[in-house]
Amino acid sequence: MSALKIKKGSNKHSAYNLRPTFSDVIEKHTLSLIVENEAGVLARVIGLFSGRGYNIESLTVAEIDREGHRSRITIVTTGTPQVIEQIKAQLGRIVPVYEVHDLTVEGPSVERELALLKVEGSGDKRVEAMRLADIFRANVVDSTLESFVFEITGTPEKIDAFSDLMRPLGLSEVARTGVAALARGKIAQ
Amino acid sequence: MSRQMTGAKMIVECLIDQGVEVVFGYPGGAVLPIYDEVFQQNGIRHVLVRHEQGAVHAAEGYARSTGKPGVVLVTSGPGATNAVTGLTDALLDSIPIIVLTGQVPTFMIGTDAFQEADTVGITRPCTKHNWLVQDTASLSGTIHEAFHVATTGRPGPVLIDIPKDVQFATGEYTPKQKAKTSRYQPPVKGDMASIEELVEAIENAERPVFYTGGGVINSGPAASQLLRELVDGTDFPITSTLMGLGAYPASGKNWLGMLGMHGLYEANMSMHGCDLMINIGARFDDRITGRLDAFSPNSQKAHIDIDPSSINKVIRVDIPIVGDVGHVLEDVLKVWKARGRKTNKQGLQKWWAKIEDWRKVDCLSFEQQGKVIKPQHALARLEALTKDHDRYICTEVGQHQMWAAQYLGFEDPNRWMTSGGLGTMGYGFPASIGVQMAHPDSLVINVAGEASWLMNMQEMGTAIQYRLPVKQFILNNERLGMVRQWQELLHGERYSHSWSEALPDFVKLAEAFGAKGIRVDDPDDLDEAIKEMLAYDGPVIFDCLVTKHENCFPMIPSGEPHNKMLLGEANVKDAIGSSGAVLV
Repeated sequence: MSALKIKKGSNKHSAYNLRPTFSDVIEKHTLSLIVENEAGVLARVIGLFSGRGYNIESLTVAEIDREGHRSRITIVTTGTPQVIEQIKAQLGRIVPVYEVHDLTVEGPSVERELALLKVEGSGDKRVEAMRLADIFRANVVDSTLESFVFEITGTPEKIDAFSDLMRPLGLSEVARTGVAALARGKIAQ
Repeated sequence: MSRQMTGAKMIVECLIDQGVEVVFGYPGGAVLPIYDEVFQQNGIRHVLVRHEQGAVHAAEGYARSTGKPGVVLVTSGPGATNAVTGLTDALLDSIPIIVLTGQVPTFMIGTDAFQEADTVGITRPCTKHNWLVQDTASLSGTIHEAFHVATTGRPGPVLIDIPKDVQFATGEYTPKQKAKTSRYQPPVKGDMASIEELVEAIENAERPVFYTGGGVINSGPAASQLLRELVDGTDFPITSTLMGLGAYPASGKNWLGMLGMHGLYEANMSMHGCDLMINIGARFDDRITGRLDAFSPNSQKAHIDIDPSSINKVIRVDIPIVGDVGHVLEDVLKVWKARGRKTNKQGLQKWWAKIEDWRKVDCLSFEQQGKVIKPQHALARLEALTKDHDRYICTEVGQHQMWAAQYLGFEDPNRWMTSGGLGTMGYGFPASIGVQMAHPDSLVINVAGEASWLMNMQEMGTAIQYRLPVKQFILNNERLGMVRQWQELLHGERYSHSWSEALPDFVKLAEAFGAKGIRVDDPDDLDEAIKEMLAYDGPVIFDCLVTKHENCFPMIPSGEPHNKMLLGEANVKDAIGSSGAVLV
């Protein structure tokens, strides 16, 4: 049997982008979609994931071109390579979805997430929280005598690390935006 | 020139602009302005069904027998929710349907108004795409786009939800030519390098088989022609899914019959033993593949499909070709001819010898004995007495459906209407109404079981009202035959709720509606009764009382591969020895 020829960067034709065998290794992929900003488009994308049993680890969406009515949806998902290919092909089928990019395989990309963390405490713990925040380049965006709200931007791993450190220091609430990501360099054709 | 008109008028204009001849529908509060416009024109015919599910199935029958999209018009709330089964059916079988639903006025949406339902929310997963039209200015453009989406690429059902105030308000009409369709343009041409690869595989294969599906029918009559040319040119054997019957003629010499769970022995054995499988417009459905890890273990697999998500979904293929079947087959033929029309003649000869051995098993043979009609016999006689007619066949879902696929022969595409993917009992009768509307002078038969048929029997009123001479050929075993068969084989013969008690007298039922009823229970009377049915100019309910506990064979039990077929008791004795009904 001949092995499949894998074309890099192809998104509409899932078949050309598939690994030679169905593997059961679970992979994490960041998908970037350009969609028409119309009513219901997010429901279509989410409904596809829930209806077909796919995972969503994080999802962000916002309009990026007001005149062109375009939004970007960034989805972090996990699955076997075959499931990831299915997800991309199924997303490509949705009428108001214009582009589907798999940033994980299409070349280098940058990922960022923003988080707000509320840390409550006093005395040494409060000082230690400030010191660690400085190391992580987190900003204080609100403060009371008993609490701080830190704003931190970075990869999801960096935010995980920071919140792990804050937990024993009085971490009480977290809000995370989910991942926003872009491919590096020139726009892929 | 700008044309101002009300939304309701716009809808009728759009349908005429799209060449629609027939609309199946049912009026209600939220579509009254549209019905008022339907009343005041003669360009399109409206068929009043008796239930919205019937409207969608009728539109499906119309679409499948003509290749044109079917159109449905129903009201908000219950009108829309009743259409959901039909939409899902059309989605799974890739049938182009446009459903127009009324909606409460925009300013009342979200207030739990009378007959309000979140129609676009409910139908989002069971349509290819749907729209809620918020203003009259965008209504006509949306309807034209909906026709484009329903019929382009892999066809499917679409729904447009139109609030009542949008129907009343005035706006400018966008003609078909000016409507925006650019955002949905799936590619139809296949990748030439992959096509070359497929041709090379065709040239070398020793044990090839074509495995074709509904995609060939959906691609249009030209695709069926190209398929026939390719099969005749290469002399490869061909089998088809339930959905693809008729693309290659049943009388053709390379025809193996249908494959799958109740497919023919030679078809399934060929699939299991082939070294090159060429899937054309089919989707490796679980009723076809059986157990996945033992599915056709030693073959190179090619797959032609217009939907990239069908490829490598359940079966990994070696030569994937994304494109329209017609376009790809044209290129395959062109390349194959240019390279000298080569095939592996020696290999093929041996392969055909093997297939002939499988054919000798004669897996569909049965014996009509005694005074009870066997369902297989009823269909064999129906086939003999109607095969020369200009004939369209619909079915309901169950044993009778499989027997119809096995014992009736289809010579052309678009002649066979059955609910394949969703398996919707109650599909066939309304579908036959849609077919007869499209082909008023043809013979339209719905092969049914009594239980399925009862699910949409109210459409008898539609058949009478529009003088549609549809023949309802009911194989009446007073059982839910397929459910009962599974209970016999897999659940220790505990027949839980699988019999039809309190059945109506179908002859009197027919007469109550003003149709003709015929009952037959003696094999000796069967031919005369069928002739009587054919001779009657009007709808007929043909109540054929058949063996109550007949099983549908051959059968691949769930979870088994193709080479572990169960054959009927009758076949087992000479062809495969006395080792039992299980083939290894």
